[in-house]
Amino acid sequence: MNKQQRTWMGIASLLLILVYFFPIWSINMEAPQYPEGIGMNITVNDIQGKEFHDLANINGLNHYIGMKPITPESIPELKIMPIIFGLLIVSGIVIAIWGSRKWILVWLGVFVLFAIAGLVDFYLWGYDYGHNLNPNAPIKVPGMTYQPPLLGSKQLLNINATSMPHIGFYVALLSMSIASLAWWKSGDTDNEGESGKVGTGKETKVTA
Amino acid sequence: MNTIHKIIRTWGLPLLVISGFLLTGCQNGQQLGSSADAASKVYVSPGEHDEFYGFFSGGYNGQLGVYGLPSGRHIFTIPVFSQAPVNGYGYSEETKAMLNTSHGFVPWGDAHHPELSQTNGETDGRWVFMNENNTPRIARIGLNEFKTQEIIEIPNSAGNHASSFVTPNTEYVSAATRFSIPMDDENMQNMDVSIDSYKENFKGTISFIKVSDEGKMNIDFQIMMPGFDYDLSHAGKGPSNGWSFFTSYNSEQANTLLEINASKNDKDFIAAINWKKAAEYAKQGKGKMIPGEHVRNYIDHEEGGIVKSETIDKVRVLDPRELEGIVYFLPTPKSPHGVDVDPTGQYIAAGGKLSTVIPVHSFAKMQKAIENEEFEGKVMGIPVLKYDSILHGEVENPGLGPLHTEFDGRGNAYTTAFISSEIVKWNIENTEVVDRIDVYYSPGHLMIPGGDSQNPDGKYLVSLNKITKDRFLPTGPEMFHSAQLIDISGEKMKMLLDFPTEGEPHYAQAIKADKVIKNQKRFYKLEENGHPKATTSEKQAKVVRKGNEVHIYMTTIRSHFTPDNIEGVKVGDDVYFHVTNLEQDWDVPHGFAIKGANTAELLIMPGETLTLKWQPKKAGVVPFYCTDFCSALHQEMQGYVRVSEKDSDVEIAYGTGQ
Repeated sequence: MNKQQRTWMGIASLLLILVYFFPIWSINMEAPQYPEGIGMNITVNDIQGKEFHDLANINGLNHYIGMKPITPESIPELKIMPIIFGLLIVSGIVIAIWGSRKWILVWLGVFVLFAIAGLVDFYLWGYDYGHNLNPNAPIKVPGMTYQPPLLGSKQLLNINATSMPHIGFYVALLSMSIASLAWWKSGDTDNEGESGKVGTGKETKVTA
Repeated sequence: MNTIHKIIRTWGLPLLVISGFLLTGCQNGQQLGSSADAASKVYVSPGEHDEFYGFFSGGYNGQLGVYGLPSGRHIFTIPVFSQAPVNGYGYSEETKAMLNTSHGFVPWGDAHHPELSQTNGETDGRWVFMNENNTPRIARIGLNEFKTQEIIEIPNSAGNHASSFVTPNTEYVSAATRFSIPMDDENMQNMDVSIDSYKENFKGTISFIKVSDEGKMNIDFQIMMPGFDYDLSHAGKGPSNGWSFFTSYNSEQANTLLEINASKNDKDFIAAINWKKAAEYAKQGKGKMIPGEHVRNYIDHEEGGIVKSETIDKVRVLDPRELEGIVYFLPTPKSPHGVDVDPTGQYIAAGGKLSTVIPVHSFAKMQKAIENEEFEGKVMGIPVLKYDSILHGEVENPGLGPLHTEFDGRGNAYTTAFISSEIVKWNIENTEVVDRIDVYYSPGHLMIPGGDSQNPDGKYLVSLNKITKDRFLPTGPEMFHSAQLIDISGEKMKMLLDFPTEGEPHYAQAIKADKVIKNQKRFYKLEENGHPKATTSEKQAKVVRKGNEVHIYMTTIRSHFTPDNIEGVKVGDDVYFHVTNLEQDWDVPHGFAIKGANTAELLIMPGETLTLKWQPKKAGVVPFYCTDFCSALHQEMQGYVRVSEKDSDVEIAYGTGQ
């Protein structure tokens, strides 16, 4: 890996810091009574209303169908996710400094698995909220469940819910792409380096 | 029989055609003056908003009506000087103090002239001021929440009509006596004297109320005036900034049958007041402090929006006989009503309601006349300027009974003629009439958005008509008043729309909607609720007995009360329901009403706390419920209070969902 590729890997890791500042996913709800919409953002460690009181109002609406209130404190994943992203950032930087191409692939593998696990976990939470309803709920529609869509829009009684990735998710995708690029390009230079024995000195220098 | 049939067969169709033509002709006749494209000019599509907010005084309903323009849709009524059972204003423990006066609680008022606050001579959308004529008061309504935030009483005044006009930066809002009363020389106390002694004893006052940056009003000074009737007013602007003008009639000083006895003089007066000079005198401590008990009521935002009352004992009075240069009289024909200053601040138009011309005074000439002491005499020590020295011109043939004038900012003035029932457009510079339009019927005030400011939006004019008769579907002997919207954007005025207005709107003002929308509150934040009896979560809900007072700290959220079952209340108790609406979303009020309460419901906005006092008179179980259709399960939003006999030993108990 040359200096440029290691810089790319460094950027891929540091980019993930943005995940702490932007929501990863968002759910928007539209209904005739909510002309301006109501919604929530899922961040690395929290679930927040789009407007200050949106989450309380969503929970207020959900109590009619017997959905349990969405309380960020009760979701352990929101405590784990910041740590996982922290580990990805730190390990990514180490790999960038170290310059190991093989470990980029390992890093990418872990990242992708983590992302898939996250989406599955999100689906399961959605399933739980949408299906485990209070039997004493005032509004009971036979056969109706209220699982929000994983991706895209779904009509739930009077509410059209749309679930979409937010900036944080796209940042993660970009980070993955840049890391992949670093891995792909380093294949060329490392091969060149091994055959022509060029650049090894430079690398040592940088590492030192 | 056959002949009749024949006639019908032969003539029936032509008759129908003719009668149809006649009917159409009649209908066209009823839409007198309306232009073909009128409908499209006032049409606001569903979901779209009007361009202007219009604020129309409710007259004898005491409130302030809010209308959208150009559609004429009535969008809200702000309770101001009268109790409003619609939301409990003036009934609830929090709001009833707003109607306190030095005469005690006054549940009704006669609202007259709404006036928007101004910055640099332009309407700014912060507040509307409005005067009350009967028990002299001025209210300040906050346009961030469309709510009456303060009312101040005017002492030493009877009939506060020439009010509530503001100076170009809302430094002052002014007030003046319509009905002069006998006042002693020392302390200006109302005297027990013969009404016949009018000329000897009766006096008037003109008051200047200082408005702070936050809106707080206090009476800075009053000016003692001769015992005339002071009618209307406007502040100067631009070159005339620092002056205010007040019309007066009854310079004859009649005390009976005024319609004859106060219509004798050829000229009455406009009082030109140099308020800047008067304010300086007041600041220097000139004049004297005299007893002048008056009450000021205001929303205490620090303490949960509860209205507080304070009584102020004294007021500063300036005597123009002792303090030179604060008042001059401009002779003006004939019992003048409105006095209006054009947007450039150079000209002062008076509506001499019995005059055949509209006199227009020049401010520059007035200043020169003062400088050169061109006086024709003095009244109660006040110099009277010579009419010819101050006159800019007279508008000839202005219609019969000219009352009020507003301006379009393009050099034109528009004056209502009450008796000839028309609006007359004239050029300010050459005082020539350029257009006129009939209105239905008998206009009082008229209004152009910003039409009394330095920057009018000269697109529409609203004629506020005093007589309605056949303009709308009949509603028996009593009916709403009629307003008419007129397009003034072109050379010729065009009639666009009739719309009914509640009460008797005397004056109205309008403002571009975006100036108001930007400051709108949608609900009150629960975390900022400073009400001492607020219950900000269901867990804090409780019922507390203190002697024979029972305080119920209650919450509302869709769709239940906490608590909704209450026991332990006894006959003879004073029960206070302190209800906090826990909702934090736009347009989710909850209402509260309990059977037999001798007061009005509460309509509680999200995040707000209001209190209803109830005195149960009989043992039994009494229901209460939410009066606002708040949600799909609104009908389920109810509860019960068990009332036991006075000597019963039922303990306080309460809960929801147990």
